[in-house]
Amino acid sequence: MNDAPKPSIEARNVTKRFGGVAAVEGLSVACAPGEVFGFVGPDGAGKTTIMRLLAAVMRPDEGSIAIEGLDAVADPERVRSRVSYMPQRFGLYEDLTVDENIEFFAELFGISRRERDERAERLLAASGMTPFRKRRAGQLSGGMKQKLGLTCSLIHTPRVLLLDEPTAGVDPVSRRDFWRILYGLRGEGVAIVVATSYLDEAERCTRLGLLRDGRMLYCDTPARLKTLMPGEILAIASREARRARDVVAERDGVKGAILMGDGVHVVVDDAARRAKELEAALTRGHVEFDEIERIAPSIEDLFVALLTGEKAR
Amino acid sequence: MNDASAGEIRIVADRLVKRFGDFVAVNEVSFEARRGEIIGFLGPNGAGKSTTIRILCGLLRPTSGKAEVAGLDVARYPERVRENIGYMSQKFSLYNDLSVRENLRFFGGVYGVKGERLSKRLDFAVDMAGLKGREDALVADLSGGWKQRLALGAAVMHEPAILFLDEPTSGVDPESRRRFWHLIYALAGEGVCVVITTHYMDEAEYCNRIALINGGRLIALGSPGELKRSAIRGEILLVEGDDPGAILEALEGVPAARDVAPFGSSLHIVVDDAARDVAAIEARLKERGLSWSKIEPIKPTLEDVFVQLVGGDGARGAAQ
Repeated sequence: MNDAPKPSIEARNVTKRFGGVAAVEGLSVACAPGEVFGFVGPDGAGKTTIMRLLAAVMRPDEGSIAIEGLDAVADPERVRSRVSYMPQRFGLYEDLTVDENIEFFAELFGISRRERDERAERLLAASGMTPFRKRRAGQLSGGMKQKLGLTCSLIHTPRVLLLDEPTAGVDPVSRRDFWRILYGLRGEGVAIVVATSYLDEAERCTRLGLLRDGRMLYCDTPARLKTLMPGEILAIASREARRARDVVAERDGVKGAILMGDGVHVVVDDAARRAKELEAALTRGHVEFDEIERIAPSIEDLFVALLTGEKAR
Repeated sequence: MNDASAGEIRIVADRLVKRFGDFVAVNEVSFEARRGEIIGFLGPNGAGKSTTIRILCGLLRPTSGKAEVAGLDVARYPERVRENIGYMSQKFSLYNDLSVRENLRFFGGVYGVKGERLSKRLDFAVDMAGLKGREDALVADLSGGWKQRLALGAAVMHEPAILFLDEPTSGVDPESRRRFWHLIYALAGEGVCVVITTHYMDEAEYCNRIALINGGRLIALGSPGELKRSAIRGEILLVEGDDPGAILEALEGVPAARDVAPFGSSLHIVVDDAARDVAAIEARLKERGLSWSKIEPIKPTLEDVFVQLVGGDGARGAAQ
């Protein structure tokens, strides 16, 4: 074994244009086996285009893409045999049952009956789908459709798994099932790439790439990205959230204040110092509050802060 | 003032039941919501959230129990209830081949908004959606975030006192979502009572109160903070290490670990007593030769609460 194992995915300077507009521009990224890489960004940032390029169903205009060392441009067929791509709307056959859908995709990938049965059983059990094997896909809830899509995507043994918005409309319990399966695959050295706009999902990735207008502006682990957050966040728990916000919003060192269910989140330059000042101001203003505590920024906080800053430049 | 407890009551659900044949979609659901309050319905697919909303909108008659919206009995006065409510679904129900203005006119017309009031409300909705100058753009040409804000504008053309939003932010990006919530708060600030369903915990954090619904029943009701403080049994341990997959597998067999779930690159372990049970967790990891960088008690997240209260069986059972 080499010290540095061959990356599962290696994209260099990839650009893709549609009618003169760059959907993806100068993208370079490498993913190691077992990594869960998340592409996050607003609508139209290029997430879906990247997934299609990595799946070798679309060719880049410039740059190179290699999947386990295989050139995706020169050899798309071989690349596709190692990649599984689950688009936003996975093409399930609604009038076929769960089992029949799995059979169909297994045949498509030339999987033996024995291997198929074994994998299907394991995947369906892991996602709590076993009782529904005879149900038609069209009769499944949104969450179950997504889990069936994942099962079909994994019926062969891909080395790279590409998931575009995999859990849109899926409830948290199903989402956990989904991620449990993904964690199992990591152990087998599968590289997983997820495109998502939900922070629930982004927080689960080992690394994130923040996209805007086809460019990757930031790329790092969620923990290290959070250190880029300009300022710190104080959560004020108050039943008089609007008054609390009005009292703190214009104060020195306060960069922003948004209402949340339990009170206000305030972005400040220095949490330790401003917490005391805000506390005093609220007391003077006779605003009832329970506590002020410093909280870790969420990926969404970070996102909005970084991308808004980027736009302003 | 946003003190929800001080506002007048806008919605009363009193032991609502809805049966479809043998299936009980809504089972004895009772709650109240007030002027200016944002209440979130959270629950797995098929839990009964949408059915409850359809009853409150006067679209479905309850099998038993009573619902009052804007002071009106929904079963007796469904039309008058509908004059007082706005509704927006995840599909946005806008007409793609009509312009922004034409869509708003259409929805205004449906709600009987006419004349000068119509043009005023149209301006308000365009402004709120941030679509000034783009009134003649086709809806088909708008991106998800704009469509969403326009759909919200359409839903409030008639200045409803109560607004129902059914998974309104499915498929929009974080910035658009935040802007959307900003609008929701502005409406609530003017006194609108907002009921919203969502699957996303980050979104639930924006709600003043959360109603957790599972298998047709209301199983918890409280502010996000209240639910995190008191709705959960046991405590949460955060475990971080290089190989979370292997750690997950190793800990699933530890009796003290009542539940183990991946969470980011770390794991959340539910235990009865964090101080006591940490030893059993460490022992198992050592036994398997797994290293860890962190094991510490943390406050439960809303997702921890949701998963514990709803549980695996609930989510699956509800779909049957």
